[in-house]
Amino acid sequence: MTVIEAHGLRKAFGNTIALDGVDLRVEERRIVGLIGPNGAGKTTALNAILGLTQFQGDLRVLGRDPWIRRDELMRDVCFISDVAVLPRWIKVSQVLDFVAGVHPRFHRAKADEFLAKTTIARDRKVRELSKGMVTQLHLAIVMAIDAKLLVFDEPTLGLDILFRKQFYDSLLTDYFDRGRTIVLATHQVEEIEHVLTDVVFIDRGRIVFNRSMEEVESRYLELVVNPDQLLAARALKPISERQSLGRSILLFDHAERQQLAAFGEVRTPRIADLFVAIVGQKEGVVQ
Amino acid sequence: MSTQSNAMTELARSADVMAPDTPWSHRFYWSVRRELWEFRSIYLVQFAVAGIFLFGFLLSLIRLPHKMNRLAGLDPMQQRQIIEQPFEFAAGMIMAAGFFVGIFYALEALQSERRDRSILFWKSLPVSDATTVFAKASIPMVVIPALSFAIAVVVQVVMVALSTIVLLANGISLDVFFANLPVFQIWVVLAYHLLVLHSLGFAPLYGWLLLVSGWARRVAFLWAALPLVAAGIIANVVFDSPNFFGFFADAPGGDGFTHGMMMEPMARIHPSEFFSSMMLWVGLVIAAVLLSETIRLRRRRDPL
Repeated sequence: MTVIEAHGLRKAFGNTIALDGVDLRVEERRIVGLIGPNGAGKTTALNAILGLTQFQGDLRVLGRDPWIRRDELMRDVCFISDVAVLPRWIKVSQVLDFVAGVHPRFHRAKADEFLAKTTIARDRKVRELSKGMVTQLHLAIVMAIDAKLLVFDEPTLGLDILFRKQFYDSLLTDYFDRGRTIVLATHQVEEIEHVLTDVVFIDRGRIVFNRSMEEVESRYLELVVNPDQLLAARALKPISERQSLGRSILLFDHAERQQLAAFGEVRTPRIADLFVAIVGQKEGVVQ
Repeated sequence: MSTQSNAMTELARSADVMAPDTPWSHRFYWSVRRELWEFRSIYLVQFAVAGIFLFGFLLSLIRLPHKMNRLAGLDPMQQRQIIEQPFEFAAGMIMAAGFFVGIFYALEALQSERRDRSILFWKSLPVSDATTVFAKASIPMVVIPALSFAIAVVVQVVMVALSTIVLLANGISLDVFFANLPVFQIWVVLAYHLLVLHSLGFAPLYGWLLLVSGWARRVAFLWAALPLVAAGIIANVVFDSPNFFGFFADAPGGDGFTHGMMMEPMARIHPSEFFSSMMLWVGLVIAAVLLSETIRLRRRRDPL
């Protein structure tokens, strides 16, 4: 089943074009990383998917038009669009009561179980919680909703490393247990690359790269080239070159692993490096 | 049996594809509760006014025996007026408090969730903009009037009880007191007044305030007041009718509760006249248009 299907998605704020013809297809049970620089259109794209913003073009999320049927869609979609959106005046017990009252797929016991592992007291107000606790609370709610699609926009912003790791672990466990579809937008590429099944780069309102991780792994190779063989390696037309610890690192698309191995150490590139190579190149960033 | 249970599982699975919905009434109920959590002034202000009033009334009880003795020489009209007066004043104060709370609430209702960006959280839940706006509109139009009524009734019952104790303690007969205090009639008139004026009569006003709250980025109060002031000025200049705000006194249900004493309380209830008044229906249509525009705004406006 196709969870998200977008064709020619456009959105402009005044003269600023936030989305410039986005085509995107996300199938069931994928974990998609939406990666892009600030102002690339990540949040706008997610907001369109969530029915929070109007757009031009065709968009179906779980078969529905999110702008017209947001409330209906939200039975099957969960999102955390920013860490600070839980109202500060609400008590922990109240927010749980509210969600339990309005959401047909919320499992209170699950949220309680999740919260039991934290130090969050039920009679506290959100304003009295630390930033990490607020996110934990929000996650406890989202994780206790049996949704088909989870959307996260910078979910771990401002959280410490321990908590971030815990977050992605529970996300993964949950994914394997229930087979959900997850879309994650973040700057912290390193943190999410091991959980992704697909990676999408967005830049200036356009999707510039959209591949599964298997494809990325089979197609792209990084060569830490031996200094004396640099010129020969360059002749194989790498798509980018960068320096690290005094050595040149070349990135190849569609190259033979064995052929490259003659020039140095071959490895699978990190998403961040791939991103710089592909998005940076388009923008003419000098390496 | 097993085929049946298989069929059941199948059924459950297919039902699972489209998540079943919680009834609309639940979503509405919790949306109203949410407003009461966020804006505790909805009830606290009226409680406070009731408390302050009762405190004052308690002090005034010192003079009650004297007042009752003095009544003997007065004609029945004046007797009634004097006995009823504090009861009407209590209800009037509580309703006035409710009215002001309603105004401030309506101006905040859609702005505060945009200001703290919590609208993104509320919108992540399967509650439609219409349900949310209806819940918000129900606060000044239903919840506050209902609370005003309940609080006024409780306050008046306490007043009767305290008065009874004081009179009995002073060996004064209760006959005159109760003969001049038709409590049930007072409550019927109170309920009627709240319904026709506070709920239905002011509906366009609350619709307007909610709309401004959903639209304005800041100082909603000033934006909300602007057209009222403008209309006042224009009415003055163009139509030479200085009493624009008298409009509210003449509004449907402006039954003069606050001006008149309740000499014949039941005589002021004219439901057939009220419900056939053009002004009521025009007002309700305006309120409906304003609310539907508010729903549209809640869908479109971004957090502040």
